[in-house]
Amino acid sequence: MKYKSQAVAKPYFIAAMGLFVAQILFGLIMGLQYVIGDFLFPHIPFNVARMVHTNALIVWLLMGFMGSAYYLVPEEAETELHSPKLALILFWIFLVAAALTVIGYLAVPYATLAKITGNDLLPTMGREFLEQPTITKIGIVIVALGFLYNLSMTFLKGRKTAIASVLMLGLWGLAIFFLFSFYNPHNLVKDKFYWWWVVHLWVEGVWELILGAILAFVLIKVTGVDREVIEKWLYVIITLALVSGMVGTGHHYFWIGAPEFWQWWGSIFSALEPVPFFAMTLFAFNMVNRRRREHPNRAATLWALGTGVMAFLGAGVWGFLHTLAPVNFYTHGSQITAAHGHMAFYGAYVMVVLTMISYAMPLMRGRAANSNKAQVVEMWAFWLMTVSMVFITLFLTAAGILQVWLQRVSDTPLSFMATQDQISLFYWMREAAGLVFLIGVVTYLVSFFIKGEERAA
Amino acid sequence: MSSTFTTSAARNIFYGGAVFSFLLLLALTFRTEQVLPQRDQRAQLDNPQVVAGKRIWENNNCIGCHTLLGEGAYFAPELGNVYKRRGPDFIKAWIKGQPTGAPGRRQMPQFNLTEQELDDMVAFLKYASEINTAKWPPNIEG
Ligand code: HEM
Ligand code: HEM
Ligand SMILES: [Fe+2]
Repeated sequence: MKYKSQAVAKPYFIAAMGLFVAQILFGLIMGLQYVIGDFLFPHIPFNVARMVHTNALIVWLLMGFMGSAYYLVPEEAETELHSPKLALILFWIFLVAAALTVIGYLAVPYATLAKITGNDLLPTMGREFLEQPTITKIGIVIVALGFLYNLSMTFLKGRKTAIASVLMLGLWGLAIFFLFSFYNPHNLVKDKFYWWWVVHLWVEGVWELILGAILAFVLIKVTGVDREVIEKWLYVIITLALVSGMVGTGHHYFWIGAPEFWQWWGSIFSALEPVPFFAMTLFAFNMVNRRRREHPNRAATLWALGTGVMAFLGAGVWGFLHTLAPVNFYTHGSQITAAHGHMAFYGAYVMVVLTMISYAMPLMRGRAANSNKAQVVEMWAFWLMTVSMVFITLFLTAAGILQVWLQRVSDTPLSFMATQDQISLFYWMREAAGLVFLIGVVTYLVSFFIKGEERAA
Repeated sequence: MSSTFTTSAARNIFYGGAVFSFLLLLALTFRTEQVLPQRDQRAQLDNPQVVAGKRIWENNNCIGCHTLLGEGAYFAPELGNVYKRRGPDFIKAWIKGQPTGAPGRRQMPQFNLTEQELDDMVAFLKYASEINTAKWPPNIEG
């Protein structure tokens, strides 16, 4: 750690891990409700568990991005953070707002939450991933503005590297596209159309800039390859990402009432979206093969390589699987979607945040890398989580193929509920894989407490 | 990558590509807004029941279990075409009858909607079912 103020990243990373645990626990609750329908009903209905699961995911990834940025920008800019104090105040605001929101989800019926938070004044609630009360959304915007102000001031007063510029651009984009969450027209088609300007333009747009920048930063550090080379790769990757991903938004416009020309535009452009993810894999392996030093933090290197591979599999391969309109006609809104959503979020964004945590956390704790023993445990966690996520994805894909077949392709289609009964075996197997994932998360947390001989930073 | 391809060239290509792609997205969006009136049943929005129904849909987080035009959660049936699959009376009776309490079966909560609210919801689901979705879903089961 070169600058004292980089240490503000630490509470962000710790809170992120806490929310990660909550996310997985609620995932397991839902996984059980898939097969034992009345599990925990009426205390935790499925929709409530789902909000906690997905919102915890989004919030901890945002915390991870923020922590990463607080660590990365001062180091790249070669200057202290503009205001470490502001960063800490915003941390607490964000954490308390997130906690209150989750308590609200769990403590009262959603309709009551909508009422007491005045949703009718500016209705934004009740849409997938954007379930937060409007005041929480406003809070997120305020935190994001303070965060961007703090980092932009830091960035402007220091060295402007390509990595920091791309990261800042991604973060500004994240905040700007979030503003579409406040647009909720009565017209259902328009509501859906612009909802994707948050969701798709995040994960297949500006977040890829953040992903690329963090990966590039860690790769420079662990491989010692020339910045020049890494920065060129970064620009090529994010060019491919935006050129394919912007118009690629159209793969969500096939069946929601939008004009049918989107079937062409969406299919063709989104079919190119795997290319930047493939480039990212090549990038990670190439840089590691050309490394100029043996960094003692082998766990961080493993996470960086894993991000490349799993992002390509989850987003690239599983995304391509259902992105062409004639295929999507059958798979739209099925377990295939869930399979892809899981591996893509894990492979790209969970893993890149864990890469950064793996690299930066030891440095913030005053050492170049954790002890060998701790790293071995961390690498076990890597494999447990990653392999179980592959299995979660495979089981959901099997469930999805059967679902599509029984319910949508067959000459004598079964109803939705009858189909679900037929494929419950795969949901049981998903739940078993989910338990292994939880063991992976616990192993990961344990690795932070393992001592042993460490090298000084 | 070769040294003739400089970082600043890469950066310029990035900015050019990003701006161009965003403008293309805006142009296609503009065209979409022109075509939408023929497809999105917007005349039905003059009916205050449809608007109220959408709010009730949102305030009870129905999307947390169901899909609507294929988007949402995958725990419970598609509702974009439920008006055509089941009809207005069944929908109202169903919502009123929840939860079934059948052991081991997936449960839907009781939302305590008034008769007026049930009618609003039905109006909203009727509107949703009449949007032109390019013939999706493949069959009535959704
Ligand atoms: C890291 C990047 C990505 C993430 C995190 C991600 C995540 C997701 C999620 C969560 C959904 C479900 C959204 C919902 O609930 O309605 C989804 C849908 C979809 N994704 Fe991705 N995705 C990524 C990249 C891609 C790529 C590169 C492609 C194409 C090659 C793709 C193709 C699709 C398609 C076609 C759907 C719609 C599925 C349907 O019709 O039900 N995704 N994605
Ligand atoms: C123990 C492991 C997990 C289990 C059992 C689990 C289970 C579930 C279930 C049952 C759903 C709801 C599907 C539906 O709407 O019907 C869901 C949604 C989702 N989960 Fe998980 N989950 C797990 C881990 C994860 C992880 C690690 C991530 C992120 C990396 C994740 C991201 C998501 C996302 C993005 C959605 C929304 C998907 C969509 O809309 O298509 N989950 N999960
Ligand atoms: Fe997308």
